[in-house]
Amino acid sequence: MKVGAWQAFVLIVHRELCLSFRRPEQLFQPLVFFLIVTTLFPLGLSLQLSQLRDIAPGVLWVAALLSSLLSLDSLFKSDADDGTLEQLALSGQGLTLIVVAKTCAHWLLTGVALVVVSPIVATALGIPTAAFATMMLSLALGTLTLSWLGAIGAGLTIGLRRGNVLLSLIVLPLATPLLIFGAAATERAISGTSAVGALYFLAALCVFTCTLAPFAATAALRITLE
Amino acid sequence: MNIAPDGLEFEKVHVWRGDRHVLQGVSEHVRPRELLHISGPNGTGKTTLLRVLSGLLRPEQGSVRWLGQSIMTFRTEYQASLAYASHEPALKSDLTALENLHFAVGLKRRIAAGELHAALDRTGVGACADLPARVLSAGQRRRVALARVLAMSATVWLLDEPYTNLDASGADLVSGLLQAHVQGGGLALVVAHHELLLPCSIRRLELHS
Repeated sequence: MKVGAWQAFVLIVHRELCLSFRRPEQLFQPLVFFLIVTTLFPLGLSLQLSQLRDIAPGVLWVAALLSSLLSLDSLFKSDADDGTLEQLALSGQGLTLIVVAKTCAHWLLTGVALVVVSPIVATALGIPTAAFATMMLSLALGTLTLSWLGAIGAGLTIGLRRGNVLLSLIVLPLATPLLIFGAAATERAISGTSAVGALYFLAALCVFTCTLAPFAATAALRITLE
Repeated sequence: MNIAPDGLEFEKVHVWRGDRHVLQGVSEHVRPRELLHISGPNGTGKTTLLRVLSGLLRPEQGSVRWLGQSIMTFRTEYQASLAYASHEPALKSDLTALENLHFAVGLKRRIAAGELHAALDRTGVGACADLPARVLSAGQRRRVALARVLAMSATVWLLDEPYTNLDASGADLVSGLLQAHVQGGGLALVVAHHELLLPCSIRRLELHS
């Protein structure tokens, strides 16, 4: 009996989670990087709490972007290296579904994890508790967008030996709007003013990439599979 | 002359890799209950041909038709009826043999764990079902890959050097599986460097540089 799209999606996400939990060091590496970078800033700059709050949004978002970038390389590469990507592509499920499922799993493992640990970092940077909800929402939207942008870049750079550097060069310029609006939303939330405008922009970017990036990433993957 | 379109037909397939003209107008028609034995020296495009026939690689010229229709027009449906075994076993080393089968075959068709166990038993690696693929030997990994082909119950088998790394009993196993598949109405395209001696209809395609 044929396997429906939803079951295939669940199966691939399950596969990605299984694989990831078999290699916990890969899972924790970006998170530890995020924690270390953000806690180094207050130690290195020895600022007043008010000054620290001024730089906190920028530090938080730059660290989040860079740590997400660390894990993007592995999105398709390990499957391409051992030949299982070919098997997935030939599974009769359509490459777009596979790209969507793998990217969603990637976001669950990196983006959601980052959102979950962000209150710890925020506390270290002196961000008031009242701003946590907005900060976490903006990070959730930002990391999801970044996972999609990264899927395109990862699809294009599979075949390259030094693909990681090129991947950063492709993804980071595209991610600058995320940094601007994400940091703006967090900053507004800290100062107690309305962050709705910046959040809307982040949500718009997120919807834009969620709808179009799957097709771009599929096309990129199709080229590299040849 | 058979009028009704059946089987897998490829006509004048040309593929260039950069400046290299890898496949130069290869044509063949494989019908159900037939096996195509693809042979030829290294670097003459045997694997490239299988990748073209699987729909992974688009040929620069020529056509590949399944049941009379170009595979590019219904690639996903065609691939659902296909089992491809590349020259690498394509197993995730962190997953067990059974999980590898579960995640690969589960995308093709709904399958019970019992059937996966049966496939592993048939290829002689039933005892390794719960071992991570990382600890399996090259021959055992090949057998797990064969079990995956078997469990997919696909009509078209594309096997790239299925005899590599296998002992004498393993080679007999591959021959037995191929024979059962072809006699059961399927068709198989096999890249192999030695003669295939099977009591079924074998066509030969030799590629040259």
